[in-house]
Formats: sequence, C-alpha cells, structure tokens
Amino acid sequence: MIRLAAIFALFASFAQAEERIVLGLSQDEVAITATFDGSDLLIFGAIKRDAPIPQDQGDLGVIIAVTGPSEPVTVRRKERKLGVWVNADAVEVDAAPSFYAVATNAPFNDVLNDIDDLRAQVSIPRVIRSVGSALDDAQDFTRALIRIRAGADLYQRLENTVDVQDETLFRTAIALPSNLTEGNYRARIFLTRGGSVIDAYETDIPVKKVGLERWLYNLAHENALMYGFMSLAIAIAAGWGASAIFSLIRR
Amino acid sequence: MQIYLPIAEVSVNAFLLLGLGGLVGVLSGMFGVGGGFLMTPLLFFIGIPPAVAVATEANQIVASSFSGVLAHFKRKTVDLKMGTVLLVGGLCGSALGIVLFNYLRAQGQVDLLVKLCYVTFLGIIGTLMFFESLNAIRKSKKSGGKLPPRRKHNWVHNLPFKMKFRVSGLYISVIPPLLVGVLVGILAAIMGVGGGFIMVPAMIYLLGMPTKVVVGTSLFQIIFVTAFTTMLHATTNFTVDIVLAVLLLIGGVIGAQIGTRIGVHLKAEQLRILLAVLVLAVCGKLAFDLLVTPTELYTIGAGGHA
Repeated sequence: MIRLAAIFALFASFAQAEERIVLGLSQDEVAITATFDGSDLLIFGAIKRDAPIPQDQGDLGVIIAVTGPSEPVTVRRKERKLGVWVNADAVEVDAAPSFYAVATNAPFNDVLNDIDDLRAQVSIPRVIRSVGSALDDAQDFTRALIRIRAGADLYQRLENTVDVQDETLFRTAIALPSNLTEGNYRARIFLTRGGSVIDAYETDIPVKKVGLERWLYNLAHENALMYGFMSLAIAIAAGWGASAIFSLIRR
Repeated sequence: MQIYLPIAEVSVNAFLLLGLGGLVGVLSGMFGVGGGFLMTPLLFFIGIPPAVAVATEANQIVASSFSGVLAHFKRKTVDLKMGTVLLVGGLCGSALGIVLFNYLRAQGQVDLLVKLCYVTFLGIIGTLMFFESLNAIRKSKKSGGKLPPRRKHNWVHNLPFKMKFRVSGLYISVIPPLLVGVLVGILAAIMGVGGGFIMVPAMIYLLGMPTKVVVGTSLFQIIFVTAFTTMLHATTNFTVDIVLAVLLLIGGVIGAQIGTRIGVHLKAEQLRILLAVLVLAVCGKLAFDLLVTPTELYTIGAGGHA
C-alpha cells in the first residue's frame, strides 16, 4: 500500500510534465514451454512532447526496470561451531523479487537522485523490503541476498544499456534467465531530467507455463494423489521396459 | 538440449540429466544401492531445489530398483521372505523417521543433522567394509583362492521366533531383520535416501546373508520404501518433478541393467571394496564441506520463518 501511495504521489507530481512516455514491448507475455531457455525481452518506446526539447532542466534519463513476483525469503549465515560450519543467525526479508533488472541510459547515479529512488524504489537495494531485525548487522544479510542473486543473473544492474536516439526514441533488451518463475512481471519506465523523475509508466508482462508444463503443474497441485500414482506407474513401467528390452538384446 | 522442469522451475540440459541417471544407475545395479546418496547431492549441485531433488530422487529410485530387481529375480537371487520381513520393519521405521524429521525441522538445523548423519554412517560403514574386504582378499590369496567360512554363530542366532530363509540359507530369529528394517527405515527417512548403502552391509555383517542374495533382496525392499516416500512427497509437498524423474530414470534403468551385468562378473570381495571406496569418497566430500570455510557464508531459503 505504501508503495502504491508513493507511485500515486509521483504521478500527481508530474501531472504538468511536458514529456511523456509511449511504450512498446516485443511480447505481451512470456510463455514457458518445455524447451524454454531464457528469453530476451525487448522494451522500446518514444518520448512524446508538446513543446520543443527543454534545454535548461538537465540531461534526459531513461530507466527501465523489470520486477518479478516478490516473496519472503530467509537469509542464513554460517558460523563455525566446534569446528563445523553451521547455520547460525538468520534474517527474514519480507519481500524480495524473484527477478529484478534495472537498465539505464547513463550511470545510475546520474539519471536518478536518492530522493526519487527512495520514493519510486528503483535501485536494487530499494526494491528489497526488509523490516528491521534484532541483529546489528542485518544490512550484511540484505547485501548477501543481492550478491547471491546477482551472481545467478537474477538481479541485474545494467548501466548504459538503454539506447536513446535524438532524445526521443529509446530501446533496451532485458535477458530473462532460464530459471524464471511464473507470475506477473512488472515493467516500469521512468523518464528523468537532471536526476528527478518527470514521468513514469507501468505495464504487466505475465510469465506463465503453457502446454505440457502447465498441465503437469496443475495436475501436481490439484490432483496430487493421481499425480503421485502416475509418477510411480511411469517409474515401474520404465524399470520393467528396460529390463525386457535388455533381456531381448541378450537373447 | 535445454529443458524446463515444470515443478523445479529451472531449465537444465536434458543430456546432463540422462548421463547422471545412467552413471548412478550403473552403480545402483552393481551394488544394490538405490544411488540416492549420490544422486541427491549431484542434483543439488546442478541447481535443482533441494526439496524437489529429494522427492524426485525417491521416484527415480523406484524405477532403477524395479529394473534391477527383475534381473535378480531371473537369477533367483531375491529372498522374498527376508525382503518382506525387512519391508515390514522398514515401513514402521520410515513412519517413525518422518515424525523425527519433522521434529528436527521444527528445531532448525535439520540440514546439519542430515549431513552429520551422512558423514557418521558413511564413514563407519565405509571403513568397516573396506578393511573387511581387504582382509578377505588377502586371505583368499594366501589359501589359494579358497575362502574361510565367514558365518559364525553369535548372539543373533540365539533369539526366539526362528524362521527359515531358504534362499539365504539361514535359520534365524525374525527379530534382527525386523530391527535392521526399522533402523534403516528411520535413517532413510531422515537422510532422504532408499537406505541401500546401510541395508547391504547390515545384511552381510549382522544377518550373515550371502552377498549374492543381499543385492536383490535389498532392491526388492527399497522399491516399496521409496514408493511410499514418493507418494508422501507428492501429496504433501507437491515436489515430485515428473519431467526430471523421467529423464533421470531413462538413464537410470539402462544404467542399472548394465550395472547388474557388471556385478555378476566381479567377485564379491571386489564388489564390496569398490562400494567401500565409493562410500568413503562421498563421506570425505561431505566432511570436507562441513569443516572448510565456505566461500559464501550466506544462504537463501524460501519462506518467511527461519
């Protein structure tokens, strides 16, 4: 709710903006099929103006952020106890997106100032919502979460990857990894001048399993007993089949 | 060829899975172990979520054990009577084990306990088996290929409720096999494996069964215990990935057939010493991971409650 309110506040603040975003997407939704191996999401658009390009408001910035569904996670830290490394302290993070990519047309700190980052929640640390923990070094846990997910290409900070032509047309490609989870992915586009947000645009890109993947997933969750028996039947049939084939070969 | 697994929600190379299945299948057929204690850590390593790996592995073991046991049935090296007694104990044990597992999970630290269990049991069994087989090989060489009689009368043979196990050539009380079944069942449930690597040595050293019969009988019992586990995981946690299972078991059943045939050509002592080396290697790797400073101290777990 707080985030929603912040976004509304933002929209209100650029009601009289002179520059607005018009957006295009290479695909309206991402379908996960059996052979899904990641996907490139092309996001492009134009900046619409009623007046000439303003010269006195600082450089133009375009920020494109794609956020996967958020979920609570637990980050644990190992400690050496009696010579053995065991999980000791843990911090619960209330909401961390399963995927987050933020692309900009210039170094991040040049296109967005801290205040607007705090309001719109754009940079990676701002996207992760964590209510305080009893631990003094809870920050280390959040940093570790970002480090691990960045290592798996799940969190991407892509500076200088948005192409802007004539301060009017922009485009970027965001690589969705192969271990994508289902859900609504939100694409947010921010237009900034001198580090302040002047327009924002949001759209949802559903990512869902289709075909066999969909059918199996639904069966496993809605008819678990049936699915279990099916798994066992396949296992036994395969075991028997292999045995039969091999005894044929030997004869 | 990359393939997206619907339940695990990751994309992996299909040939890698076939290969892994095949490799573990060969070992499974040779030694009569389900191979879970090897496959489950391997699946973690290629990025399958642990809950899915454990559940799917149970399903795959059903397939490779079934394939293996058919080969043993043909050679009449399955002691059905002994298998049934072990199974009764095993099912009681796994029910107990699941209760214990859930209790430990509530206390946290279940990962560590599982690993310590692995290191302890693999270490003890591996070491015992290694030296026993080494001695047996040395003795058989000295006495010109003739084995000394291994079976001795001990406390096991003085218990009541005696039963005749014709295939194993044993006339012993049903209490020791039942207890072995229960113990293996508990450990199997906690460690998330079929339990063959504990069962096989227990049958050889505690019950005094002939090695040839041990493998088939162990496979027979494992089928039922892992089928039970699969159903439990499928209905409570929804973590059985059938696409992953099919890929693993295609490799696995073929591997198991090859493994069973390799096993026939090896001497019992050689078979045991190889299994011992394998068990010790896995044990060493796990112990190493517990003792050496990890490169990443932090781990990410799902859910909001630690």
